[in-house]
Amino acid sequence: MSTALNGKIQPLRVTQARVIHSEWIKFWSLRSTVLSLAAGVALLVGVGLITASVSASGGSIGDDRLGAADASLGGVMFAQLAFGTLGVLFMAGEYGTGMIRSTLSAVPRRLPMLWAKIAVFSAVTFVTGLVATAIAFTGGQALIGDGAASWSDAGVARAVVNTAVLLTGSGLLGIAFGALLRSTAGAVTTVFGGLFLFDNIVGLMLPDSWQGALRYFPGSSGNAAAAVTQAPDTLAPYAGLAVFAGYVVLAAIAAAWRLSRSDA
Amino acid sequence: MIEVHELTKRFGGRTAVDHLTFTVKPGIVTGFLGPNGAGKSTTMRMILGLDKPTSGTATVNGRPYAAHRAPIQQVGALIDAKAVHTGRSAYHHLSAMAATTGVPRSRVDEVIDIVGLREVARRRAGAFSLGMGQRLGIASALLADPEVLILDEPVNGLDPEGILWIRQLMRSLAAEGRTVFVSSHLMSEMALTAEHLIVVGRGRLIADMSVAGFIDQAAGDVVRVRSPRAAQLHELITGPGVTVTSTERGAFEVTGLEADQIGECAAAAGITLHELSVQKPSLEEAFMELTRDAVEYVPTGVNR
Repeated sequence: MSTALNGKIQPLRVTQARVIHSEWIKFWSLRSTVLSLAAGVALLVGVGLITASVSASGGSIGDDRLGAADASLGGVMFAQLAFGTLGVLFMAGEYGTGMIRSTLSAVPRRLPMLWAKIAVFSAVTFVTGLVATAIAFTGGQALIGDGAASWSDAGVARAVVNTAVLLTGSGLLGIAFGALLRSTAGAVTTVFGGLFLFDNIVGLMLPDSWQGALRYFPGSSGNAAAAVTQAPDTLAPYAGLAVFAGYVVLAAIAAAWRLSRSDA
Repeated sequence: MIEVHELTKRFGGRTAVDHLTFTVKPGIVTGFLGPNGAGKSTTMRMILGLDKPTSGTATVNGRPYAAHRAPIQQVGALIDAKAVHTGRSAYHHLSAMAATTGVPRSRVDEVIDIVGLREVARRRAGAFSLGMGQRLGIASALLADPEVLILDEPVNGLDPEGILWIRQLMRSLAAEGRTVFVSSHLMSEMALTAEHLIVVGRGRLIADMSVAGFIDQAAGDVVRVRSPRAAQLHELITGPGVTVTSTERGAFEVTGLEADQIGECAAAAGITLHELSVQKPSLEEAFMELTRDAVEYVPTGVNR
């Protein structure tokens, strides 16, 4: 029985690039991650086409070409659910199954694993999200026909890119809370509560004079970033993007702190 | 070489590992024994950096595990067979592990063959039996051809053939000069594989000695005597520090005297002996004897 590594001449060592390669293999070798990614694309494109065709047949477009652009991106919230879940699964799935003990045995410094997950996830979801958003916009405008927006309209290209960033960021929140809570159910609840419910619930409780603070909340700032036209009482797109990115960075720092300090 | 010094771990108010100090040497299989809850797994997890010690140190080949450039080349570990994502195939699991350290893909195929998982390598690990899971864990441990192997209860869930296989594997790895550190709560299993023993109970070191020495220390030898004049011999040998227990008519067992002494005594009195035999305690009995106190106070909390 031979147990020896042939030759044993390879300079074996852990590098950040190798850990990224490892996470890349992990990402694509799970059916659940690939399915979540496909679901995100299907929801973004599918719901976008539906909202576009509804607004076209309802005749509400009129001269509002930029409203037409927003209509074709109506699936963003649903896609956020899928991409957010994907992020949670990518991290919390390691804790749920026990895989984390193998992972951290191979990378005992731990943080390179978190950076690698963030890198792989960001690259895959940003590219996928960008393509899906572009398809949703182009397809949606084709359905609308008269009064449709075009790529050259102000804010359209920015909104498409920012939508992909928003989807990526939602998933990164999933990774961060997956690392913080180590539970798929807990992290999914927290991320979606924070993105979709937190703003509304707190909005109900805040006195009127404080309502201006709502625009800085995670859900509102993210939506502001992805909008073609700036809605009243919301941040300007790039300001919204910066605030939303701030939440993602904070969550990632908290995740790194917990990962490096706690027993696995 | 694994060196553990004053290693201590507390979970809340419970001390799982209590100032453990020991060294695991290369070239032999060292058994890590103790009742459930004695702190074996926690100690192994601390050696691997998965748990942080409350105090004390653990080093592998002179450095903390995490300080090595290629940790899995230093230590191959089987901490538990469930440290695998259930949705991933054995092949992809091993590929991802190999990628972290630059272990070539060809080695993944090699270890799959070594543990005999070729036919199921592309199936989801979640569908594996416990025994197949253990084999996958062993494959993962062997991946980077490590100098040190740490195996936590490796025979768990294996069928007799698998148990035989892992015993041979451990012995051959040690024979190649590697350090093999294997935990078990079964003394009988260690008797068949280990040369050296580190015994813990309630997180404390109880014994650190060879398997033979362990038996000698745990219980004195018992001499069994059978004679037609048993009652007369019984009276002759009775004395301070000598215990005689009658087992059946015409026979008894003696502790506190060597077989030679009993034989001479019988010869001097002209008493015929039909049997004079030294009864070695079994390894399991020796283990029970040593850890009796530890078992009685096993905490009722979670067994880590």
